[in-house]
Amino acid sequence: MPLTETHEIHKRRFGRNVGVALCLLGFVALVFLLTMSKIRNGGTVEGFDHAVRPSITTDSLQSEGESQ
Amino acid sequence: MSDATANTSTTPGEAQFSDYFALLKPRVMSLVVFTAFAGLMVAPVAVPPVVAFAAILFIALGGGASGALNMWYDSDIDQVMKRTEGRPIPAGKVTKGEALSLGLWLSALSVVMLGLAANWFAAGFLAFTIFFYAVVYTIWLKRSTPQNIVIGGAAGAFPPMIGWAVATGGVSVESVLMFLLIFMWTPPHFWALALYMKSDYHKADVPMLTVTHGRAHTRKMVLVYSILLAPIAVATGLTSIGGPVYMAAAIVLNLLFLKGAYTIWRRDEAAAEADGYAVEKRYFRFSLLYLFLHFTALMAQAGLGALNMGGW
Repeated sequence: MPLTETHEIHKRRFGRNVGVALCLLGFVALVFLLTMSKIRNGGTVEGFDHAVRPSITTDSLQSEGESQ
Repeated sequence: MSDATANTSTTPGEAQFSDYFALLKPRVMSLVVFTAFAGLMVAPVAVPPVVAFAAILFIALGGGASGALNMWYDSDIDQVMKRTEGRPIPAGKVTKGEALSLGLWLSALSVVMLGLAANWFAAGFLAFTIFFYAVVYTIWLKRSTPQNIVIGGAAGAFPPMIGWAVATGGVSVESVLMFLLIFMWTPPHFWALALYMKSDYHKADVPMLTVTHGRAHTRKMVLVYSILLAPIAVATGLTSIGGPVYMAAAIVLNLLFLKGAYTIWRRDEAAAEADGYAVEKRYFRFSLLYLFLHFTALMAQAGLGALNMGGW
Protein backbone atom coordinates (compact mmCIF):
# COMPACT_ATOMS: atom_id res chain seq x y z
CA MET A 1 0.00 0.00 0.00
CA PRO A 2 1.54 3.33 -1.00
CA LEU A 3 2.39 5.85 1.70
CA THR A 4 0.54 8.60 -0.14
CA GLU A 5 -2.86 7.03 0.44
CA THR A 6 -4.99 9.12 2.73
CA HIS A 7 -6.71 7.33 5.54
CA GLU A 8 -9.70 8.71 7.44
CA ILE A 9 -7.43 9.05 10.49
CA HIS A 10 -5.10 11.34 8.54
CA LYS A 11 -8.05 13.61 7.83
CA ARG A 12 -8.91 13.73 11.52
CA ARG A 13 -5.33 14.48 12.49
CA PHE A 14 -5.12 17.17 9.81
CA GLY A 15 -8.30 18.76 11.13
CA ARG A 16 -6.87 18.70 14.65
CA ASN A 17 -3.60 20.25 13.53
CA VAL A 18 -5.39 23.00 11.62
CA GLY A 19 -7.44 23.72 14.75
CA VAL A 20 -4.34 24.00 16.92
CA ALA A 21 -2.60 26.20 14.31
CA LEU A 22 -5.57 28.56 14.13
CA CYS A 23 -5.71 28.79 17.94
CA LEU A 24 -2.01 29.65 18.11
CA LEU A 25 -2.32 32.26 15.34
CA GLY A 26 -5.32 33.77 17.09
CA PHE A 27 -3.41 33.90 20.36
CA VAL A 28 -0.45 35.66 18.73
CA ALA A 29 -2.79 38.18 17.06
CA LEU A 30 -4.58 38.82 20.36
CA VAL A 31 -1.35 39.43 22.29
CA PHE A 32 -0.22 41.81 19.54
CA LEU A 33 -3.51 43.74 19.61
CA LEU A 34 -3.46 43.85 23.40
CA THR A 35 0.05 45.29 23.34
CA MET A 36 -0.97 47.93 20.81
CA SER A 37 -4.05 48.81 22.83
CA LYS A 38 -2.09 49.16 26.06
CA ILE A 39 0.53 51.37 24.43
CA ARG A 40 -2.11 53.60 22.84
CA ASN A 41 -3.99 53.93 26.10
CA GLY A 42 -0.89 55.15 27.91
CA GLY A 43 0.17 51.99 29.70
CA THR A 44 3.67 51.92 31.13
CA VAL A 45 6.00 50.58 28.48
CA GLU A 46 9.10 50.73 30.63
CA GLY A 47 9.22 48.79 33.90
CA PHE A 48 11.54 48.43 36.88
CA ASP A 49 13.96 45.63 36.26
CA HIS A 50 15.74 44.79 39.53
CA ALA A 51 17.18 48.29 39.81
CA VAL A 52 15.24 51.50 40.42
CA ARG A 53 15.04 53.62 37.29
CA PRO A 54 14.52 57.28 38.20
CA SER A 55 13.24 58.05 34.70
CA ILE A 56 9.98 56.22 35.38
CA THR A 57 9.27 57.27 38.97
CA THR A 58 6.06 59.22 39.56
CA ASP A 59 8.02 62.35 40.52
CA SER A 60 10.01 62.43 37.31
CA LEU A 61 6.90 61.81 35.18
CA GLN A 62 5.11 64.66 37.01
CA SER A 63 7.97 67.12 36.61
CA GLU A 64 8.17 66.13 32.95
CA GLY A 65 4.48 66.99 32.57
CA GLU A 66 4.92 70.36 34.33
CA SER A 67 7.87 71.37 32.16
CA GLN A 68 5.82 70.78 28.97
CA MET B 1 2.83 -4.89 8.69
CA SER B 2 2.94 -2.32 5.90
CA ASP B 3 4.02 1.29 6.24
CA ALA B 4 0.45 2.38 5.78
CA THR B 5 -0.80 0.42 8.76
CA ALA B 6 2.09 1.70 10.84
CA ASN B 7 1.00 5.26 10.06
CA THR B 8 -2.62 4.68 10.92
CA SER B 9 -2.32 2.57 14.06
CA THR B 10 -4.37 4.39 16.61
CA THR B 11 -7.37 4.00 18.86
CA PRO B 12 -10.64 3.65 16.95
CA GLY B 13 -12.09 6.73 18.56
CA GLU B 14 -9.16 9.11 18.05
CA ALA B 15 -10.25 12.59 18.98
CA GLN B 16 -10.95 15.39 16.61
CA PHE B 17 -10.49 19.05 17.48
CA SER B 18 -14.20 19.30 18.24
CA ASP B 19 -13.88 16.58 20.90
CA TYR B 20 -11.34 18.64 22.83
CA PHE B 21 -13.57 21.67 22.40
CA ALA B 22 -16.51 19.65 23.79
CA LEU B 23 -14.44 19.07 26.96
CA LEU B 24 -14.75 22.79 27.65
CA LYS B 25 -18.57 22.56 27.91
CA PRO B 26 -19.37 25.12 25.21
CA ARG B 27 -22.96 25.62 26.39
CA VAL B 28 -21.83 26.50 29.91
CA MET B 29 -19.12 28.69 28.36
CA SER B 30 -21.74 30.64 26.44
CA LEU B 31 -23.48 31.48 29.72
CA VAL B 32 -20.13 32.48 31.23
CA VAL B 33 -19.35 34.70 28.23
CA PHE B 34 -22.75 36.34 28.34
CA THR B 35 -22.84 37.08 32.08
CA ALA B 36 -19.18 38.16 32.24
CA PHE B 37 -19.81 40.47 29.30
CA ALA B 38 -22.86 41.90 31.05
CA GLY B 39 -20.85 42.47 34.25
CA LEU B 40 -18.18 44.26 32.26
CA MET B 41 -20.65 46.36 30.24
CA VAL B 42 -22.68 47.63 33.18
CA ALA B 43 -19.59 48.56 35.23
CA PRO B 44 -19.04 52.32 35.63
CA VAL B 45 -15.50 52.20 34.17
CA ALA B 46 -15.01 51.99 30.40
CA VAL B 47 -12.61 49.31 29.16
CA PRO B 48 -10.81 49.51 25.78
CA PRO B 49 -12.55 47.12 23.34
CA VAL B 50 -9.50 44.92 22.77
CA VAL B 51 -8.93 44.53 26.51
CA ALA B 52 -12.63 43.78 27.03
CA PHE B 53 -12.60 41.17 24.24
CA ALA B 54 -9.45 39.53 25.60
CA ALA B 55 -10.79 39.55 29.16
CA ILE B 56 -14.06 37.88 28.14
CA LEU B 57 -12.14 35.33 26.08
CA PHE B 58 -9.86 34.40 28.99
CA ILE B 59 -12.76 34.27 31.45
CA ALA B 60 -14.51 31.90 29.01
CA LEU B 61 -11.31 29.86 28.68
CA GLY B 62 -11.06 29.61 32.47
CA GLY B 63 -14.67 28.45 32.58
CA GLY B 64 -13.88 25.91 29.87
CA ALA B 65 -10.83 24.71 31.79
CA SER B 66 -12.94 24.04 34.88
CA GLY B 67 -15.38 22.17 32.61
CA ALA B 68 -12.54 19.92 31.40
CA LEU B 69 -11.45 19.27 35.00
CA ASN B 70 -15.06 18.43 35.86
CA MET B 71 -15.25 15.94 32.98
CA TRP B 72 -11.94 14.42 34.04
CA TYR B 73 -13.15 13.77 37.60
CA ASP B 74 -16.73 12.87 36.74
CA SER B 75 -16.05 10.49 33.85
CA ASP B 76 -17.25 7.54 35.91
CA ILE B 77 -20.69 9.02 36.56
CA ASP B 78 -20.90 10.57 33.08
CA GLN B 79 -20.67 7.02 31.75
CA VAL B 80 -23.77 5.98 33.68
CA MET B 81 -26.05 8.92 32.92
CA LYS B 82 -27.91 9.07 29.62
CA ARG B 83 -27.55 12.85 29.42
CA THR B 84 -23.74 12.67 29.65
CA GLU B 85 -22.78 9.31 28.14
CA GLY B 86 -21.91 10.97 24.82
CA ARG B 87 -19.25 13.25 26.38
CA PRO B 88 -15.73 12.79 24.96
CA ILE B 89 -14.30 10.66 27.82
CA PRO B 90 -17.19 8.17 28.26
CA ALA B 91 -17.46 8.00 24.45
CA GLY B 92 -13.81 6.85 24.37
CA LYS B 93 -12.60 9.74 22.21
CA VAL B 94 -10.42 11.51 24.79
CA THR B 95 -8.50 9.93 27.66
CA LYS B 96 -8.86 11.09 31.26
CA GLY B 97 -5.22 12.16 31.30
CA GLU B 98 -5.71 14.38 28.26
CA ALA B 99 -8.74 16.05 29.87
CA LEU B 100 -6.81 16.68 33.11
CA SER B 101 -3.84 18.05 31.24
CA LEU B 102 -5.99 20.32 29.06
CA GLY B 103 -7.90 21.56 32.12
CA LEU B 104 -4.77 22.38 34.12
CA TRP B 105 -2.90 24.09 31.28
CA LEU B 106 -5.89 26.14 30.19
CA SER B 107 -6.52 27.16 33.81
CA ALA B 108 -2.97 28.47 34.14
CA LEU B 109 -3.06 30.17 30.74
CA SER B 110 -6.42 31.87 31.30
CA VAL B 111 -5.50 33.19 34.76
CA VAL B 112 -2.08 34.53 33.73
CA MET B 113 -3.44 36.10 30.55
CA LEU B 114 -6.38 37.72 32.34
CA GLY B 115 -3.92 39.19 34.85
CA LEU B 116 -1.78 40.61 32.05
CA ALA B 117 -4.72 41.80 29.93
CA ALA B 118 -6.84 43.30 32.71
CA ASN B 119 -5.75 43.20 36.35
CA TRP B 120 -4.57 40.70 38.93
CA PHE B 121 -7.62 41.05 41.14
CA ALA B 122 -9.83 39.77 38.30
CA ALA B 123 -7.26 37.04 37.57
CA GLY B 124 -7.26 35.93 41.21
CA PHE B 125 -11.03 35.86 41.12
CA LEU B 126 -10.94 33.65 38.02
CA ALA B 127 -8.44 31.30 39.68
CA PHE B 128 -10.72 31.05 42.72
CA THR B 129 -13.72 30.32 40.48
CA ILE B 130 -11.88 27.49 38.71
CA PHE B 131 -10.80 26.09 42.09
CA PHE B 132 -14.33 26.39 43.44
CA TYR B 133 -15.92 24.56 40.50
CA ALA B 134 -13.28 21.88 40.06
CA VAL B 135 -12.39 21.15 43.68
CA VAL B 136 -15.13 22.45 46.01
CA TYR B 137 -18.06 21.49 43.77
CA THR B 138 -16.88 18.60 41.58
CA ILE B 139 -14.52 16.76 43.90
CA TRP B 140 -15.93 17.62 47.29
CA LEU B 141 -19.65 18.51 47.29
CA LYS B 142 -21.26 16.97 44.24
CA ARG B 143 -21.14 13.41 45.56
CA SER B 144 -21.53 14.16 49.25
CA THR B 145 -24.47 16.50 49.79
CA PRO B 146 -27.87 17.22 48.23
CA GLN B 147 -26.97 20.90 48.62
CA ASN B 148 -24.39 20.35 45.85
CA ILE B 149 -26.36 22.47 43.40
CA VAL B 150 -26.84 25.33 45.87
CA ILE B 151 -23.16 25.73 46.80
CA GLY B 152 -21.82 24.65 43.42
CA GLY B 153 -24.03 27.26 41.82
CA ALA B 154 -21.64 29.88 43.18
CA ALA B 155 -19.06 28.87 40.58
CA GLY B 156 -21.45 29.70 37.78
CA ALA B 157 -22.41 32.94 39.50
CA PHE B 158 -18.91 34.45 39.68
CA PRO B 159 -18.45 35.46 35.98
CA PRO B 160 -20.39 38.77 36.16
CA MET B 161 -18.34 39.66 39.25
CA ILE B 162 -15.15 38.88 37.33
CA GLY B 163 -16.40 41.00 34.42
CA TRP B 164 -17.09 43.84 36.85
CA ALA B 165 -13.65 43.36 38.43
CA VAL B 166 -12.00 43.57 34.99
CA ALA B 167 -13.43 47.08 34.63
CA THR B 168 -13.25 48.37 38.20
CA GLY B 169 -10.53 46.25 39.81
CA GLY B 170 -12.80 45.47 42.76
CA VAL B 171 -16.13 44.34 44.18
CA SER B 172 -19.25 46.39 44.87
CA VAL B 173 -22.85 45.91 45.93
CA GLU B 174 -23.92 45.81 42.26
CA SER B 175 -21.57 42.97 41.38
CA VAL B 176 -22.55 41.05 44.53
CA LEU B 177 -26.22 41.36 43.55
CA MET B 178 -25.46 40.07 40.04
CA PHE B 179 -23.69 37.14 41.71
CA LEU B 180 -26.69 36.50 43.97
CA LEU B 181 -29.06 36.65 41.02
CA ILE B 182 -27.36 33.65 39.37
CA PHE B 183 -26.59 31.96 42.70
CA MET B 184 -30.25 31.90 43.78
CA TRP B 185 -31.47 31.10 40.26
CA THR B 186 -29.31 27.96 39.89
CA PRO B 187 -31.07 25.64 42.40
CA PRO B 188 -34.65 26.00 41.06
CA HIS B 189 -33.29 25.83 37.51
CA PHE B 190 -31.50 22.52 38.12
CA TRP B 191 -34.10 21.02 40.42
CA ALA B 192 -36.76 21.54 37.75
CA LEU B 193 -34.48 19.54 35.44
CA ALA B 194 -33.89 16.91 38.12
CA LEU B 195 -37.64 16.46 38.57
CA TYR B 196 -37.88 14.87 35.14
CA MET B 197 -34.36 13.36 35.04
CA LYS B 198 -34.46 11.62 38.42
CA SER B 199 -33.64 8.12 37.27
CA ASP B 200 -30.42 9.41 35.68
CA TYR B 201 -29.03 10.94 38.88
CA HIS B 202 -30.28 7.97 40.87
CA LYS B 203 -28.40 5.57 38.59
CA ALA B 204 -25.21 7.60 38.98
CA ASP B 205 -25.64 7.74 42.77
CA VAL B 206 -25.43 11.53 42.81
CA PRO B 207 -27.26 12.86 45.89
CA MET B 208 -29.60 15.16 44.00
CA LEU B 209 -32.40 16.56 46.15
CA THR B 210 -34.98 14.48 44.26
CA VAL B 211 -33.06 11.34 45.23
CA THR B 212 -32.37 12.16 48.89
CA HIS B 213 -35.49 14.09 49.92
CA GLY B 214 -38.07 13.07 47.32
CA ARG B 215 -39.88 14.96 44.63
CA ALA B 216 -42.48 16.63 46.85
CA HIS B 217 -39.72 18.28 48.89
CA THR B 218 -37.89 19.30 45.70
CA ARG B 219 -41.07 20.95 44.42
CA LYS B 220 -41.30 22.91 47.68
CA MET B 221 -37.67 23.98 47.43
CA VAL B 222 -38.17 25.19 43.84
CA LEU B 223 -40.85 27.53 45.20
CA VAL B 224 -38.75 28.59 48.23
CA TYR B 225 -35.75 29.54 46.09
CA SER B 226 -37.94 31.29 43.55
CA ILE B 227 -39.39 33.39 46.39
CA LEU B 228 -35.89 34.17 47.71
CA LEU B 229 -34.71 35.05 44.20
CA ALA B 230 -37.39 37.67 43.47
CA PRO B 231 -36.27 40.34 46.01
CA ILE B 232 -32.65 39.99 44.84
CA ALA B 233 -33.68 40.56 41.22
CA VAL B 234 -35.76 43.59 42.20
CA ALA B 235 -33.11 44.97 44.59
CA THR B 236 -30.59 44.96 41.73
CA GLY B 237 -32.88 47.41 39.98
CA LEU B 238 -32.53 49.87 42.88
CA THR B 239 -28.74 50.13 42.56
CA SER B 240 -26.69 52.29 40.20
CA ILE B 241 -26.98 49.68 37.42
CA GLY B 242 -30.77 49.55 37.65
CA GLY B 243 -33.46 51.76 36.18
CA PRO B 244 -37.05 51.73 34.92
CA VAL B 245 -36.37 49.35 32.01
CA TYR B 246 -34.63 46.77 34.18
CA MET B 247 -37.16 47.14 36.97
CA ALA B 248 -40.12 46.58 34.64
CA ALA B 249 -38.43 43.48 33.17
CA ALA B 250 -37.51 42.15 36.64
CA ILE B 251 -41.05 42.53 38.00
CA VAL B 252 -42.70 40.81 35.03
CA LEU B 253 -40.12 38.01 34.86
CA ASN B 254 -40.25 37.30 38.58
CA LEU B 255 -44.02 37.20 38.66
CA LEU B 256 -43.97 34.65 35.83
CA PHE B 257 -41.18 32.69 37.54
CA LEU B 258 -43.09 32.62 40.82
CA LYS B 259 -46.26 31.53 39.04
CA GLY B 260 -44.36 28.63 37.44
CA ALA B 261 -42.79 27.63 40.76
CA TYR B 262 -46.17 27.80 42.50
CA THR B 263 -47.69 25.53 39.83
CA ILE B 264 -44.83 23.05 40.28
CA TRP B 265 -45.35 23.07 44.05
CA ARG B 266 -49.10 22.49 43.75
CA ARG B 267 -48.71 19.50 41.43
CA ASP B 268 -48.23 15.94 42.53
CA GLU B 269 -46.38 13.18 40.74
CA ALA B 270 -49.51 11.66 39.25
CA ALA B 271 -50.39 14.93 37.50
CA ALA B 272 -46.80 15.37 36.34
CA GLU B 273 -46.62 11.83 34.99
CA ALA B 274 -49.93 12.33 33.20
CA ASP B 275 -48.71 15.24 31.09
CA GLY B 276 -45.09 14.09 30.78
CA TYR B 277 -43.72 16.75 33.17
CA ALA B 278 -44.87 19.50 30.82
CA VAL B 279 -44.99 22.16 33.57
CA GLU B 280 -41.52 21.29 34.89
CA LYS B 281 -40.07 21.31 31.39
CA ARG B 282 -41.72 24.66 30.64
CA TYR B 283 -40.40 26.12 33.91
CA PHE B 284 -36.88 24.86 33.09
CA ARG B 285 -36.97 26.45 29.63
CA PHE B 286 -38.37 29.67 31.03
CA SER B 287 -35.61 29.78 33.67
CA LEU B 288 -33.05 30.08 30.85
CA LEU B 289 -34.99 32.96 29.34
CA TYR B 290 -35.39 34.50 32.80
CA LEU B 291 -31.65 34.84 33.33
CA PHE B 292 -30.95 35.90 29.77
CA LEU B 293 -33.55 38.67 29.91
CA HIS B 294 -32.39 39.97 33.30
CA PHE B 295 -28.85 40.51 32.06
CA THR B 296 -30.09 41.81 28.71
CA ALA B 297 -32.23 44.34 30.59
CA LEU B 298 -29.20 45.37 32.68
CA MET B 299 -27.17 45.95 29.51
CA ALA B 300 -30.07 47.81 27.87
CA GLN B 301 -30.26 49.99 30.97
CA ALA B 302 -26.53 50.70 30.75
CA GLY B 303 -26.87 51.53 27.06
CA LEU B 304 -29.73 53.95 27.76
CA GLY B 305 -27.75 55.45 30.63
CA ALA B 306 -24.88 56.18 28.25
CA LEU B 307 -27.36 58.14 26.11
CA ASN B 308 -28.72 59.94 29.19
CA MET B 309 -32.03 58.20 28.67
CA GLY B 310 -32.20 55.87 31.63
CA GLY B 311 -31.29 55.23 35.23
CA TRP B 312 -32.91 56.51 38.36
